[in-house]
Parts: sequence; structure tokens; C-alpha cells
Amino acid sequence: MNNIFVYCEIEDESKVADVSLELLTKGRSLANQLNCQLEAVVIGSNLDGAIPEVLSYGVDRLHVFDAPKLYPYTSLPHASILVNLFKQEKPQIALMGADVIGRDLGPRVSSALTSGLTADCTALEIGDHEDKKTGTVYKDLLYQIRPAFGGNIVATIVNPEHRPQMATVREGVMKKAIVNPNYKGEVIKHNVPDYVSETDYAVTVIERHLAKSKNNLKASPIVIAGGYGVGSKANFDLLFELAKELHAEVGASRAAVDAGFTSNDRQVGQTGLTVRPKLYIACGISGQIQHIAGMQESSMIISINNDPAAPINQIADYVVNGTVEEVVPKMIKYYKKNSK
Amino acid sequence: MSLKIVVLAKQVPDTRNVGKDAMKADGTINRAALPAIFNPEDLNALEQALRLKDTHPGSTITLLTMGPGRAAEIIREGLYRGADNGYLLTDRAFAGADTLATSYALATAIRKIKDFDLIIGGRQAIDGDTAQVGPQVAEKLGLPQITYAEEIKSCENGVITILRHVDGGVETVQGKLPLVITVNGSASPCRPRNAKYVQKYKHAKTVTEKQQGNLDYEELYSKHDYLNLQEWSVADVNGDLEQCGLSGSPTKVKAVQNIVFQAKESKTLTATDRDVEDLIIELLDNHTIG
Ligand SMILES: Cc1cc2nc3c(=O)[nH]c(=O)nc-3n(C[C@H](O)[C@H](O)[C@H](O)COP(=O)(O)OP(=O)(O)OC[C@H]3O[C@@H](n4cnc5c(N)ncnc54)[C@H](O)[C@@H]3O)c2cc1C
Ligand SMILES: Nc1ncnc2c1ncn2[C@@H]1O[C@H](COP(=O)(O)O)[C@@H](O)[C@H]1O
Repeated sequence: MNNIFVYCEIEDESKVADVSLELLTKGRSLANQLNCQLEAVVIGSNLDGAIPEVLSYGVDRLHVFDAPKLYPYTSLPHASILVNLFKQEKPQIALMGADVIGRDLGPRVSSALTSGLTADCTALEIGDHEDKKTGTVYKDLLYQIRPAFGGNIVATIVNPEHRPQMATVREGVMKKAIVNPNYKGEVIKHNVPDYVSETDYAVTVIERHLAKSKNNLKASPIVIAGGYGVGSKANFDLLFELAKELHAEVGASRAAVDAGFTSNDRQVGQTGLTVRPKLYIACGISGQIQHIAGMQESSMIISINNDPAAPINQIADYVVNGTVEEVVPKMIKYYKKNSK
Repeated sequence: MSLKIVVLAKQVPDTRNVGKDAMKADGTINRAALPAIFNPEDLNALEQALRLKDTHPGSTITLLTMGPGRAAEIIREGLYRGADNGYLLTDRAFAGADTLATSYALATAIRKIKDFDLIIGGRQAIDGDTAQVGPQVAEKLGLPQITYAEEIKSCENGVITILRHVDGGVETVQGKLPLVITVNGSASPCRPRNAKYVQKYKHAKTVTEKQQGNLDYEELYSKHDYLNLQEWSVADVNGDLEQCGLSGSPTKVKAVQNIVFQAKESKTLTATDRDVEDLIIELLDNHTIG
């Protein structure tokens, strides 16, 4: 009772989405801190293959709902399962991915349970909260930390009274780590019709086209991004060379994409991808707000720019005043020399 | 078959063009410094509704918006583009609503509108970026939902077919009316205002707006009822005060921090071999790379 629940999203029949594995890892550490159990929910069809992987993240109880019509995902059957399961199990915290599925499912579940939900969190912490008006102190609440207002502020949200405390988190924000490949958790296979009624299958998927993403930008811990200042497609190859050395991915500003230096699936920013790597190296990027919106939560930012007044330098941890042509080859050289 | 469509639209501060003066010294938002606009994805939603109206003659579009008095502007903007009427949900008791209290209020208003086949909203509003209100309105009304819609492909005999965006691709889904749809920003942009409708509705006003202005047009309003924009309070929609506004909001903002315009302490280096090598060594030492 009052445990932490993670909804595990299933892609490609029985593969668990990375974002869910990241949340299991976060859920495990929150459970240790709160001295409660970690429970997971998988919903889909032919799920047996997914069970050992989910357990290995330190799951104490795994709820399995396996039926043909539960994959691909549709809103109502998955929502009914979570609503009924949560009513029964009364979790204190429930987490899911802030992707299309989680952002479709989470609000529906939270509305049915009148529990409140914080979208797109970038950090989750445990802490106390005092209601200034009543003086009531709430112990061990989930701090749901997220950017708001177009990325211009960061807000900490709490749900003092309502349970579960629900939050969605984007892919790549948290780390995933297996606890033990043979972690012993209980597996509970539920009878789906006890949770889902026939009328829940109101929307049917008649066709799907999924393209495997060609790059791994969203999940890469290091991103080397190039802007208009990189100057040419040939210079962009320098960034790919550095990326290869550092096991990084290459990103780009819109100006670089528009100039044809690289493909548009690499664009970072308001109208591109949001990335939160450990290290973001901005090469020849001025740092307009629309670009910053997609990378400002990187843990460390290095700017390589020949204009000391470039706005990106304001949010950079390291500013290298110089040209991309000069600095990037030196980085490659000195990385090779010192990393051995 | 003609359709009765409700479009959910919100007036939002334009967070995309935030200047330095948009943040007050204490880290709170200076809303006065930001222009109030029609939430961008709600315009995409309106366009999908207008297209249904084009292909299903006799259909009507009702705009529903919750906000302060000046949000009546949203209804006029909708009328200028081809919507038929609109309601402004406005009451002090709605203030401070999180998404749950917002969807409660919108759902009660939709129950009062009563006669509808489709509810179409934007995927998310740019002030909160939550994408929660659409699915929560659907849940409150007990209706199915189709989120992240790119295009309504067809709507025949009570069955709607929609192309929607999913992680890593697209899918086509089908459902029976009535249901709730939320539309993505990548869907077709909204058509511009139509001069004919601007002419027709430019004096459309709520009671509050009429009271604030001069009453030169009194006769006009009694002659042309379509110029009277309806305002609804909590009582008008039989709302439960406990579920509205701040008291109906389970989530509380504990703290807010202004980030973008806080310049970091940064280390400045030159392009010399020495500086670049030192940087690489530092990054290796603290395991940022390696
Ligand atoms: C609605 C909207 C959405 C947008 N969405 C996005 C988005 O998602 N992502 C995005 O990136 N942009 C987006 N933009 C565009 C954005 O406003 C900027 O135009 C864009 O980010 C600028 O890219 P840039 O920094 O590469 O180019 P520039 O602004 O031209 O900057 C180039 C920089 O390179 C430096 N430089 C020049 N030569 C060199 C050299 N040899 N070595 C080192 N430095 C050099 C210059 O000093 C300068 O700072 C959007 C714009 C709008 C209006
Ligand atoms: N106050 C409001 N009035 C009308 N519609 C709203 C309101 N708030 C949210 N919506 C609708 O719900 C969508 C999602 O909003 P949000 O959950 O705030 O991101 C918006 O694009 C609107 O269509």
C-alpha cells in the first residue's frame, strides 16, 4: 500500500520504452528514500518477454495486463486499468513518460481520481511543505519540478492533499540503471475484463507508420550542436568527427538546418527537439530564445563562438572565444592525447 | 450530416517573445509586458472545425473560453474567421485554477451547451505547456479522446477518422461521435480573418464590455442579437465552488525560479592550444567526457 507506481510504456509489441526504464530507476531511488516498494504496470499484448527486464530495475511488484486489444495503445482501456488499479492499490506516487502516450493517459487518469498531475517534470525530489495559511506541515511530499511559461521559469509543484501525486517526465532527463538482472519481484497477472469494459474500446487504430529515428539525439548524454557560424557542410563534418570521439550526437540550430549544413531531424529548439544532455557544446550558435528553449536544461554548456557578446555565452559554463574551424580540431587532438 | 462543434480556445500571454522586462525583479511574471494572444494550437483546432463546417453545410461552431473579461477578444477572433457564436466563462471563483479545475469548469459549461457532436481543442497552451485540459475535459464528460491530431480525414455517419501524431510516426484512428479531439501545432494553420465577418462582428461585445464603453450602439444590440456575447459565471453553469479555481486545484505552486535571464558564472577561454587542452583535461577529470 502507498507505494510508488510507474506506468511502463510498450513499444514494438513487447519492448519497454526507455523513458519508462528511466522512471523505474528514479522510482527505485524514491522508494528507497521513502522506505516503500516500487511497483510497475505493463499493459499490452504478448508481454512475457518484457517481464524480466522490468523486474531487473528493482521492481517489487509488477502488474501485468495482457490482452490482444491492449496493443497498440488507445486511451480508454489503459486509463480504465490505471484508474481501477490505483483505486485498489492507493499509490502515493504515480509516474509516466511525458511523451504522446503519457501525456494522453496521465491527464485522463488524474481527472478520474481528481489527483492533480504535473507535466514534463525535469526533476523529482522528496521534501516537506508547509501550507502558509493553515500552518499544516506535510512530510515527504513529491517535489515536481518543471520549466513553465515557455521555459522562462522553473516551478516546483506539490500536491499536499491528493493521492497519487502524479507526474510525467520526458525521455532522457533521468538516467536508467539496472539494479540486479535477477531481482526478485512479484508478478501479478490480472484478468483484463475485470478492469476494462467493452465500451472502452471506443477508438480503434486502423493504420500506423512508425519510422525508426535515425539519430539518438534525445537520449545522448553529450550533444555537439552546430549553428550558422559553422559555415559549411564540410565544417559540419568536423562536428561529426568530434562526436565520434566523444560518443556524442550532433545537433543543429534552425539556421544551420535551413542553410543545408545538416538534416532537419537534428534541429534543437522550440520547433525541434528538446535535449537535456550532460554536456552541450554549442558551436557557432548565437543563442536565440527559440534555440535555448530546447537545450537550456543541459547540465553543462560550452559555447564556441568568435563573438564574445553572443547571447548563448550568458548561459554557458565555458566560453571559448574562437572560431569553430580552429577550436574543434584542437578539441579532437587533445581529447585523443589525454583520454588514453 | 451537419455537425455541432465546440472549440476550446484560450487567451494566453505570448511566451515565445519574452523580453527582459517580462520578468519582475522578484522573479514573477510581469503579465502586462506580454501581449495576450489566441493560443497558437487553438487556432489549428479552429481551422479543423472550420474545414468540417466547409464540408458539412449547416454545421455550427461555438467557441468556449475561460478567462478574464478581456478574453472576449478570443471569441471575436473566432467569429472573424467563421465561428458562429461563443461563450466566455468568467468569474472570480475560476481564478487560480490548475488544469483539473479548468477542465471541471469547461466541462460544466459544455454540459450547459448540451447539444454537440464534437469538442475540439488545441493540444496545449503555451503558458502552461501541459496538454492536460483536453483529455481531462473528455474524462469529465465521459467521452473518448483523440489527442495530437494532425488532420481530420473524414467524418461520415457519426464516425470520424483522424490522422494523429505518435512518438516516432503517425497513425490513423477511428471513433464514434461524440468525442474530444486535441490538435497539434503542426496541423494546417488557421485561415485569416474574413473581411465580411469582421464587418459583421466588430461590435460584438459582452455585457461587461458594453457597460465599460459608451452606449451609442444600444439599438444595434437589441436589433442584432448575434452581437451580444454571452458571459457565464459559476452560478450560470451550476458549478460547484469547491471544484473551481484555487480550491478545486490539487496542485500548488511551491516555488518559482526565473532562469533564462540569470546569467551563469562562466569561464572564458581563448582558442590557444593551452586553453583547449586544459578544458579537455578538466572535462575528463570531472567525468563529463571520457
Ligand atoms: C517561430 C520560430 C521558431 C524557431 N524555432 C527554432 C528552433 O527550434 N531551433 C533553432 O535553433 N532556431 C529556431 N528559430 C530560429 C532562431 O530564432 C534563430 O534564427 C536561430 O536559432 C539562429 O541560429 P544560429 O544561432 O545558428 O545562427 P545565427 O544567429 O546566425 O548565429 C551564428 C553565430 O555563429 C557565430 N559565428 C560565426 N562564424 C563563426 C565561426 N567561424 N566560428 C564560431 N562562431 C561563429 C556568430 O558570432 C553567431 O553568434 C525559430 C524562429 C522562429 C521565429
Ligand atoms: N481557460 C481555457 N479556456 C478554454 N480552453 C482552454 C482553457 N485552458 C485550456 N484550454 C484548452 O485546452 C488545451 C490544452 O491546454 P493546457 O492543458 O493548458 O496545455 C488548450 O489548447 C485549449 O484548447
